[in-house]
Amino acid sequence: MLYIKCPHCGLRSQNEFAYGGDATIKRPNLNQEISNTEWDNFVYLRKSPRGRHLEFWHHISGCRQWIKVDRDTATHEIFNTYKANEEV
Amino acid sequence: MQKYSVFSLIKNAFSNHKNWDVAWKDPSPKSEYDVIIIGGGGHGLATAYYLAKEHNITNVAIIEKGWIGGGNVGRNTTIIRSNYMHDENGLFSEFGMDLWRKMSQDLNYNVMFSPRGIINLAHSDAQMNAYSRRGNSMRLNGIDAVLLNREEVKKIIPMADFSENVRFPIFGGLMQPSAGTARHDAVAWGYARQADSMGVDIIQNCEVIGFDVSNGQIKGIRTSKGNIKAKKIGLCVAGSTNILAEKLNMTLPIETHLLQACVSEPIKPILDNVVTFGAGHFYCSQSDKGEMVMGGDLDGYNSYSQRGNLPTLQHVLTEGIAMFPFLSKLKMLRTWGGIMDMSMDGSPIIDKTHIKGLYLNCGWCYGGFKATPASGWTFAHTIAQDRVHKLNAGYSLNRFSTGHLIDEKGLGTKTWIS
Repeated sequence: MLYIKCPHCGLRSQNEFAYGGDATIKRPNLNQEISNTEWDNFVYLRKSPRGRHLEFWHHISGCRQWIKVDRDTATHEIFNTYKANEEV
Repeated sequence: MQKYSVFSLIKNAFSNHKNWDVAWKDPSPKSEYDVIIIGGGGHGLATAYYLAKEHNITNVAIIEKGWIGGGNVGRNTTIIRSNYMHDENGLFSEFGMDLWRKMSQDLNYNVMFSPRGIINLAHSDAQMNAYSRRGNSMRLNGIDAVLLNREEVKKIIPMADFSENVRFPIFGGLMQPSAGTARHDAVAWGYARQADSMGVDIIQNCEVIGFDVSNGQIKGIRTSKGNIKAKKIGLCVAGSTNILAEKLNMTLPIETHLLQACVSEPIKPILDNVVTFGAGHFYCSQSDKGEMVMGGDLDGYNSYSQRGNLPTLQHVLTEGIAMFPFLSKLKMLRTWGGIMDMSMDGSPIIDKTHIKGLYLNCGWCYGGFKATPASGWTFAHTIAQDRVHKLNAGYSLNRFSTGHLIDEKGLGTKTWIS
C-alpha cells in the first residue's frame, strides 16, 4: 500500500487516489501551428524512467484535487508531493 | 545434442540419471557476433532459435541480465489464444497457434500445450453483440470462435455464479476452443536448449551498459562482461525497454507497469478451461498441479519493482469471487509480479528503428507469453532480411505518429478506460 501525502488533506492511503501519469509532459501551446511530431511527443511518447518520476495523481475519493508526486518507480519511495500548479 | 525420448530416458535410468548432457552451455562472450539478441526471455530465445532454424544465422549471442526463465516468461499465467478482432492481431496470433501446436515436436521438449479452450464471459446484451461481432471477425480470419448462450456456458462451467440476483449476470460467452495453456518454463527451456544446440551462445548474468553507434549504424554493445561487436542487434527486453531506450536517446510509446498474478492452494480438478470475467479484468485457469491460476489488472502506476501491491490484488480477486464464488474458500499459495512494457494502444511493436541494424521488439502488455513463437519467428525474419514480414507489418513503431493504431481494446497504459 502506498501512502501519499496530499498537499491539501495530509497523508492518505493509495485507495483514495487515481493515477494520472507523467507530470513533466507539456501540452503544446495553442494558437500556433502544431506539428504531428509535437502531438506525437505529447500524446504517446514517455520516458518511463526507473527511479525518480514526477507524476500526477488525482485525489478522487478525497478533495478531488490533482497533485504532483515525486516517487521512485523501483522502490516506491515518495520524496515529496506538490500542488498541481506548483512548478517543480 | 542428446535427443529426449523414452529410449534415452531408459538408457539414462541405468546410470541413475547422472550422465544427461547439460540443456545449454554457459559460454563466455566472443568479441563479435553476426547478431546479438538482448534479453533471454521467451521472445529473445525464440528469436535466436528461428534465426538459426529459418535463416541459418547461428553466430548469435543472447545477452541476459538475469537467468533463463527468471523474467516474464516464468511469471505469466500461461494463456495461449488468438481471439482478436483486428486482422493484424488475429492473423499474427493464429500463425502463432500453429507454431504452438507443433512446438513440443519441433523443440523435442514437452511444453505441455493444452488446447482446453478459453471462454470470455458476457454480462449484458450489448456485450453479447460485441462478442458476436468479434467472433465473426475471428472466423473470417480462419480462427475458431463459438458464441455460447447462458445455458451452454452453464453446462461447461456450472460452478460459476448463475444466480438471478447478481450484479453481473452471465448472459453467455465467446469461446475459442483451440486456445489453451502451456508450461511456461518448458517453453523457455525448450527454446534455450535448441538454440544452444544450433550454436547460439546464451550468456547469462550479463547486463548491457551501453551501445556503440556511429553514423547512424549500430556497432556493438558494452556489457558487464566486456564489449561485444555486432552489426545487427535486437532488443527484446519487455519491461526494461525504456531503460535501454534511454541509453540510445530514444523515447518510445511505452510505459513500464507492474502486473500481478497469483495461485491458490491446489484443489481437485474443477475447471478445465480458461475463463475470463467480462465486467472487469480477471482471468482464471487450473494448473495440472490443481492450483487456480489467476490474474487481472495492472497495479496502475509506473513501476519497475517486480512486486505487487495488495489493493490491486484485492480488486482483482473481488472480480474473481463475483464470477466463481467458491474461490473465496481457497487459501492463497503465492502471488508475484512482473514488469510489463505497456504500449499506448495495447498492441506490440516489432520493427526496425532509425538506427541501422537496431531492431525493436516490445509493447507486449498483457499478452506476451502466447505471442512467444510468432514474435520470435517474425522478429527473426525482420532481423535476418532487414525488413518486416507481412505478419508484423502492422506492429510498426511509427504507427502512433501516423495514426494507424491497432486499438483492439484501446487500453494500453490507461487501465481505467475499461
